[in-house]
Amino acid sequence: MKEELFVSGRNIPYIDPYLNIWHWEIPVYLYLGGIAAGIMFFAGLFTVMGKEKEMETTVKWAPFLVPVALVVGLFALFLDLKHQLFFWRLYTTIRIESPMSWGAWTLMFVTPLSMVWVVSYLKEAIPDWNWRFSIAEQFEVLAIKYRKHMAWAMMALAIILGVYTGILLSAFNARPLWNTSILGPLFLVSGLSTGLAAIMWMSKSHQERTVLSKIDIALIGVELFLIIHLMMGFLAATEVQIEAAQLFLGGDFTVTFWVFIIILGLIVPAFLEILELFGYKIPIWIPSLLILFGGLMLRFLMVEAGQITRYLY
Amino acid sequence: MRYAMAIDTKKCVGCGDCVVACQTENNVPIGYCRDWIVENVNGSYPNVEIELRSERCNHCDNSPCVRCCPTGASHIIEGGIVKVTHNECIGCGACIQSCPYDARYSHPDGYVDKCTFCDHRLAKGQSTACVSVCPTNCLYFGDLDDPNSDVSKALRNRTSKVLAPEAGTKPQLYFLT
Repeated sequence: MKEELFVSGRNIPYIDPYLNIWHWEIPVYLYLGGIAAGIMFFAGLFTVMGKEKEMETTVKWAPFLVPVALVVGLFALFLDLKHQLFFWRLYTTIRIESPMSWGAWTLMFVTPLSMVWVVSYLKEAIPDWNWRFSIAEQFEVLAIKYRKHMAWAMMALAIILGVYTGILLSAFNARPLWNTSILGPLFLVSGLSTGLAAIMWMSKSHQERTVLSKIDIALIGVELFLIIHLMMGFLAATEVQIEAAQLFLGGDFTVTFWVFIIILGLIVPAFLEILELFGYKIPIWIPSLLILFGGLMLRFLMVEAGQITRYLY
Repeated sequence: MRYAMAIDTKKCVGCGDCVVACQTENNVPIGYCRDWIVENVNGSYPNVEIELRSERCNHCDNSPCVRCCPTGASHIIEGGIVKVTHNECIGCGACIQSCPYDARYSHPDGYVDKCTFCDHRLAKGQSTACVSVCPTNCLYFGDLDDPNSDVSKALRNRTSKVLAPEAGTKPQLYFLT
């Protein structure tokens, strides 16, 4: 038997009895960042491929969600800060070794870019939009002219943003559940998939939805593959990581993980999408909603469970 | 110069004087502490072993908290002491997540706070508050580069261990066993 006690009665808020310094704000931010990355990546991809006509929702309308998601996500992140008046300190320095610094600077570029993208399609969404100022008109002309360049930048930045949402967690050596390089790709793929789900929900064209749902099925396959590898990696690692995996394999988070994330969030929507490809009529909001829900649960669960895991000594 | 501390787990009686001394010296808010005592019980009666450890920030050589800080508020000063500049800290909590020893906490005023090895006392030539009050003299503090410092002597004569060396942080609290 091994027992550890704080005999001096340590009971520090958010630290004891187990770490819970990050609450709902961080998973919400990671989730919205992932959706934004997903939408931006596919908007960029289909623009570069020259398919603006066929993939209208993906390229033109879904990106209207991106600045909203990013601003709400950043606001959640701001709420999470405990010394909020000093948040500007993020932008007076660049710390190469700090993922959070990388993320702050990436968002500094991604958010304005997503807004410029929206500007370039604003008149197509609202035909009688009036800029009122000639400088705004000129800016819009420029934005439309350089759409292809923006599309490339959006794809690159979307991948950085998507991977960053995972690396933010995986860079913490002290939390064994997070400390795995699979988390970066896993969160990227999950972000792309939730982004696609949002686009599919918005899209009215059956042809566009078919293309998107084929990509989505592949992404869900990759996601399941990464999750299996995640678990295998944990179980083949050291004691702290085996113990971390146990949270999902019989521990406190087992039901949440398998029912909400794996079954309802991945397998059921993939199955419904496959059925639709075979011609069954499935209301699109069902698989979309399930994927969006599964993605949110994945982030909540990883953030919550990761903080419980720690080194044993 | 490399400050370090050695804690004699055989001499410590777990009285908690170091904890109270630190709270008083550093105006630590009520309910918080920068150092604490762990009682580690191994086995069951009659084959039972107890280890008492006075723990605090390990002032690691390879400190993850300094590396992950997005603003540079967490930094290392002379002697390897890890400190936080309050008005550069945004309270993001990254350093708290990164610490394998849970040595940092979020101060009620918002910034992150932790043990400073009482650098304000060291500057005056005094030892840290916890070391000065220990009634059993089980804490040894000093410069590892100086072979005649208390900590160097203690480490030379005894076997010692560090906590979670596998975390790769190169901690500088040595527990004499």
